[in-house]
Amino acid sequence: METITNLSPIILALPFLMFLFLGLCGNKLFKSNPNIAGWIGTAGLSVVAIVSYYIAIQYFWVEGKGADAYQQFVLFNHEWLKMTDNLVISIGFMLDPISAMMLVVISTVSLMVHIYSLGYMHGEEGFQRYYAVLSLFTFAMMGLVVATNIFQMYIFWELVGVSSFLLISFYFIKPSAVAAAKKAFIVTRFADMFFLIGILILSYYTNTFDFLKLTAVSDGHATLVNTKMCGEMFMGLSVTSIAMFLIFLGGAGKSAMFPFHIWLPDAMEGPTPASALIHAATMVVAGVFLVARMFPVYFFEAHDVLTIIGYIGAFTSLFAAIIACTQTDIKRVLAFSTISQIAYMFVALAVSGYTSEHEACLGYTASMWHLFTHAMFKACLFLGAGCIIHAVHSNEMNAMGNLRKFMPIAHITFLVSCLAIAGIPPFSGFFSKDEILVAAFEHDKVLYACQAFVAGLTAFYMFRLYFRIFWYSENPAHAHHTPHEAPMNMNIPLIVLSVFTCFTWLDKVFPFFPEKITADRVGYELETNWIIAIASILVAVVGIAIAWVLYLKKNDKPDMIAGKLKCLYISASHRFYIDEIYLFITRKIIFGGICVAIAWFDRHIIDGFMNLLAWISRELSYDIRDVQSGNLQQYAWGFLVGVLAIAMFAINY
Amino acid sequence: MDLDYSQFLSMSHEVSLVVVLIVLLLADLLIKNKKAFQYLAIAAFALHTVAGFYSYTDLAGDAFAGMYVSGAAQSFVKNILNVGTLIVFFFSFEWNNNENKSGVGEFFFLTLSTLIGMYFMVSAGDFLFFYIGLETASIPMAALVAMNKKGTEGAEAAAKYILTASFSSGVMLFGISLIYGACGSLYFDEVQAAFTNITALHIFALVCFIAGVGFKISLVPFHFWTADTYQGAPTGITAYLSVISKGAAVFAFMSILYKAFANEPDVWQNILWWLIVITITIGNLFAIRQKNLKRFLAFSSISQAGYIMLGVYASSQTGMSSTIYYILIYMFTNLAAFGIISAIENKTGKVGMDDYNGLYSTNPKLAFAMTLAMFSLGGIPPFAGFFSKFFIFAAVASSKVYGDYVLVFLALLNTIISLYYYLLVVKAMFINKSESPIETIKIDTMSRVALLVCVVAILVIGFISSIYMNIYNISDGFAN
Repeated sequence: METITNLSPIILALPFLMFLFLGLCGNKLFKSNPNIAGWIGTAGLSVVAIVSYYIAIQYFWVEGKGADAYQQFVLFNHEWLKMTDNLVISIGFMLDPISAMMLVVISTVSLMVHIYSLGYMHGEEGFQRYYAVLSLFTFAMMGLVVATNIFQMYIFWELVGVSSFLLISFYFIKPSAVAAAKKAFIVTRFADMFFLIGILILSYYTNTFDFLKLTAVSDGHATLVNTKMCGEMFMGLSVTSIAMFLIFLGGAGKSAMFPFHIWLPDAMEGPTPASALIHAATMVVAGVFLVARMFPVYFFEAHDVLTIIGYIGAFTSLFAAIIACTQTDIKRVLAFSTISQIAYMFVALAVSGYTSEHEACLGYTASMWHLFTHAMFKACLFLGAGCIIHAVHSNEMNAMGNLRKFMPIAHITFLVSCLAIAGIPPFSGFFSKDEILVAAFEHDKVLYACQAFVAGLTAFYMFRLYFRIFWYSENPAHAHHTPHEAPMNMNIPLIVLSVFTCFTWLDKVFPFFPEKITADRVGYELETNWIIAIASILVAVVGIAIAWVLYLKKNDKPDMIAGKLKCLYISASHRFYIDEIYLFITRKIIFGGICVAIAWFDRHIIDGFMNLLAWISRELSYDIRDVQSGNLQQYAWGFLVGVLAIAMFAINY
Repeated sequence: MDLDYSQFLSMSHEVSLVVVLIVLLLADLLIKNKKAFQYLAIAAFALHTVAGFYSYTDLAGDAFAGMYVSGAAQSFVKNILNVGTLIVFFFSFEWNNNENKSGVGEFFFLTLSTLIGMYFMVSAGDFLFFYIGLETASIPMAALVAMNKKGTEGAEAAAKYILTASFSSGVMLFGISLIYGACGSLYFDEVQAAFTNITALHIFALVCFIAGVGFKISLVPFHFWTADTYQGAPTGITAYLSVISKGAAVFAFMSILYKAFANEPDVWQNILWWLIVITITIGNLFAIRQKNLKRFLAFSSISQAGYIMLGVYASSQTGMSSTIYYILIYMFTNLAAFGIISAIENKTGKVGMDDYNGLYSTNPKLAFAMTLAMFSLGGIPPFAGFFSKFFIFAAVASSKVYGDYVLVFLALLNTIISLYYYLLVVKAMFINKSESPIETIKIDTMSRVALLVCVVAILVIGFISSIYMNIYNISDGFAN
């Protein structure tokens, strides 16, 4: 216990120091050989990864097991700002099953991305800056998951937002990258505003930010929230529900849930490895993590919100999967697939129960498990996509085709990940997705039907992607410019991640999952429900088969189907015009309507007041300048008059 | 009567400084190489500073039958003063090597003499003792102000300083004698007990006392000397005056108000309310029109004095800690500004705001540091000055009195005005074009180190919350 307590600060401190070092001195010190900056970043992150693994292993096998449940350790909790006795902001390190698991996810993917970027970003302008921001992101994400209180989480939440912004706008000479970065930042900030309001409401009533106090459960209630907030109503709604829904909105922004999903596809403007790390594996699941962290409060005190979350998740997963079927930019396909899969995790949380005694708790476990497996295979897919883009210098499917003979390693790893996300056994995605479907089946048949259909869609669009890249007909341009296999430092991460994808199901090998993580931290024995499993395999196979028929070879069937479903196809390929709706609302209604009034107020009332202040200052300073005459007698006179005047004032007061 | 020598143990700051003084006095006679002497002086004082940090928590006690009191808060303030003085020494190194070659010994001796006077002010437990400290801090200061022997400006500045100082000290002594007449004692504890059933006599005594200290802190209307003296004095001394001298006086003033006049806070709070508003406003209004940077900073420091007094006004533990915190941050910020001005003045002789036009193109690092200092003085987050202003406003706003919100509001309005003139400097450096900008200069290592310390402090102090927490814990607060 002492060892992990002593080691834990490294996880936060080292990435932060690397950020400072690479950010401040990187450009200067490594001007001639920027690669050193990359190696330093990678070496630092390897240390962080080793420490994270060590802590996670120690926690799950040695220290964490309490008498009947896994314990929650607060390794350190430094009081950072103490505004009042209740308003204390601490920075700490909390170790419990989900944060230990997240340590593994973040450090693994981040390390792989660090290694991969050595090859992918080689020779790019701003290489040092890239590694500095990667370190910043790792620091922020680690701080987020180990947060001991919701305010710390919020601070690091914003920090990951900043680093995401910096990475999306990495190629800041491209106007589209700048626009995408702005969009991502503004949309997530907009959602974060609700998050902050939710935090403030919650802490106003409970007088604390602390997770341990907020999520303590006894007698079927989240005790603190129940005693402090029970019965508080606002406009006919329970205040608890309002607060928890606002907090969820923050999570929905980061996790790109409908209607906040619009930023994620555009965020693909950033370098591909950064997309793999931030916009596929780690940051975008922060919202899921947030709901999981606050799960007892959601479950016991705001169950209505949890139900809403379930339906939002189901709708988003369906919606994003349909769009993914029509996109031709491979990173956009993956982006919509990410949205759809994260929505799965929300659905799983929504259908979960709390205690581990019966099947009810399955949703929570499945959600966290899917988070883990998805991080691995989606990172692998993104990195593989990076290799392909690197080889053909385009994001468009049309520039690809028949790449399997040029890039065998990328081909195999991509295939493994596609099988995993489609839910084909024995790859990891099958198991995690199956548990989600079982949980949904037992809780709500509508959600189950929707999710099973999405599973089929997922298999279809992923294999559409796969066949279009690796089979289909070859792009004639390849004759002039032969695509080649990526260098070794890009292939190793692919292999490592696909190994994770192949073998995560072996509990004995990677025992983080799934039995150890349940909402009440007791642990739970998983069994595969074969009836539902076989149904979902069938759905997946059907999806793959359709993709096979349509996209294995170049033919006119896809166009024919698109022609038949013209209306649906066009609107889906335009992402159901959600962006246009946003633009209409912001441009026409907000900027054109509401803002005009506000701008008038600002220009005439606020600015007018400031101008008045400036005018008064200027005139007064002009009028009184003679007082400072340089004449000493006058100074003494002023002094004396001052004393007498003050005395007169004070005596008569 | 036997003297109990053990009481000197609680005065270890003072004793150690006196030792340094004596050593320097002898060394000045023996060491002919002025540069070597400077190194020795700085080393000796640095040693004293470090020693001060070691004796920082376990110093508690009194001496001379309670005329001298020492505690954690006093020790902390003395440490702040030490650090500030050390930074001033670093900044003055170059000046001492060139312009002031003949007066190096005096420079150190006089500066440290005033410092010991400030120690006594800070640790006073009795009005007379406080008065002696104040005078010890004032009289050598006049000689320091006149150190610039070329030209008449220094002499004029010193004359204005010493005449106003003697005038104000006369008023203050008059006030102290009235306090004795009204209360029958000069010990703070006994005055506290006797300062009830307020009559006009009590109030007049208090006002005279406030006027005397107000001179030191340069509160309006006791501030007239400030601009002329700041402008004429050597820049290092100006920095010393504006930061160290002011900081010591504020703390001493606060501890007297919180102790001796604790039973009737309304009386002096009413006076302070108006003094603060007038000081901040007048300081700002004059600062807007200044073209000479030293004069500009003089008025800026008058306005800052008003802000510091907000913490005193709050009369609570938070008020005390936020005041000390403000002094600490104000010290680093103002010293950074003065350090840059002094470095540029030493190299080029230019102190006008227009001379700084286009400074960024020739001296980007100096311009950057100056920008940080200006932002911090203006209270822009995330620099240290923001945090000090935040805590001081929070201290005043935490009281339930309606008038306090008005005070905070007026202070905030003034912050906006102050931003205008602080940003004028930034605008001059970054935006204004100049035909003949200040050439690229290379400042000496000593100033560079000191500047670096100040800049780092401006950037990080606000984020290290333990500093504020620590100050809060040692602040013994109101009336005890």
